Amino acid sequence: MAAEQIDIIDLACERDERELFARLDCCLQAGDVLQVAGPNGAGKTSLLRILAGLMPASAGDIHYAGRSILGGSGREFWRRHLLFLGHATAVKATLSAEENLSWLCALDQPVDREAIWDALAAVGLRGYEDVPCRQMSAGQQRRVALARLRLQTAKPVWVLDEPFTALDRAAVQVLEQQILAFARDGGIAVLTTHHSLDHLNEVRRLDLGRVC
Amino acid sequence: MGSVLWQLLRREWQLTWRRPGEVLNPLVFFAMVITLFPLAVGPEPALLQRMASGVIWVAALLATLLSLDGLFRSDFEDGSLEQWVLSPHPLTLLVLVKVLHHWLMCGVMLVLLTPVLGMMLALPWSVIPVLCATLLLGTAVLSLLGAIGAALTVGLKGGGSMLLALLILPLYIPVLILGTGAMDAALQGLPVQGYLLWLGCLAVLALSLAPLAIAAGLRIGVSE
Repeated sequence: MAAEQIDIIDLACERDERELFARLDCCLQAGDVLQVAGPNGAGKTSLLRILAGLMPASAGDIHYAGRSILGGSGREFWRRHLLFLGHATAVKATLSAEENLSWLCALDQPVDREAIWDALAAVGLRGYEDVPCRQMSAGQQRRVALARLRLQTAKPVWVLDEPFTALDRAAVQVLEQQILAFARDGGIAVLTTHHSLDHLNEVRRLDLGRVC
Repeated sequence: MGSVLWQLLRREWQLTWRRPGEVLNPLVFFAMVITLFPLAVGPEPALLQRMASGVIWVAALLATLLSLDGLFRSDFEDGSLEQWVLSPHPLTLLVLVKVLHHWLMCGVMLVLLTPVLGMMLALPWSVIPVLCATLLLGTAVLSLLGAIGAALTVGLKGGGSMLLALLILPLYIPVLILGTGAMDAALQGLPVQGYLLWLGCLAVLALSLAPLAIAAGLRIGVSE
């Protein structure tokens, strides 16, 4: 499924009466990868949460396929297309990798056991299917969360908050290539990271420090 | 739609099974409070019987409150609630299943312990069914109302439990009055249907309105 156009229109965000960014305009089309950059506290995570529809913006609007995502049928449509991976990954420490993924996918569309095992093997966790996530390293827990990108294939928009955190160098490269391949197939990916993506020509950059 | 609710119930059950302490703590608290009363006020059956329903109800109320504090906390902290909010399935139904599970693990378990504890407080066998029926209906209301408070305080860093008690205890008072009222009537051999119907009304009211309030509270908590 190809992504529709995302329009960020005159968006502003305030937290505790401090303006993080204002008059932010941006247009994203199928095939775009956007890296939201900026120093700590510049509002990167806030922008992603507003984009996901978790947080209200103090001004402005976001349109997906020409409809506002902040309410009504536009929001429903947006949620069906959106895969959001937050800074907290929603991986439960007491559940196994398979149980975690089974539930997180069921929140949208149930997937079968074989698909989950294949996805875990693809992120390098073969043999960890039944291990409680509490016993995994931070990088392995991140990989469990990232396995959703391979399972929820009907989602054409990815919003990823710091997806490279705790990953080793090889896994970072695999994820970079996965994101580029996803965009080439007509997806839109928006992500924050402090890790440099300058070597990837396809990635657009939005610097929040400069906008303010 | 049915499948996601069933999966959620399974997930909650798995989480409980891996950490049984969270379910056992309120039950142990309930049993201990009631066990200590005869030791403190003396073993005189007439006195114990007079106090029994009040003691059991207050202990059940506080045990429920104790178990509610963590109801949404861990799901909030690990980011699960964000995924719930973004799910295309209605959040009200998801939280309803979560609260149903809480009631099964807290309210229903308390009711199962009650006959033994009632006997310890010298309650006659004839009123135990009434006590269990009122508790069964009453704890459902306690779980549903309490979950509203738990949802509203989910984003607070520490100190949420005190605020939760202040928010929720006043709302528990009607349930407490009806529950103990039914027991007093039963002990005097008077009909109790009226009290049970009132409790049933409150349960239906809470069942239909509380999930909306819980979902709204969680949305606010997540958006902070």
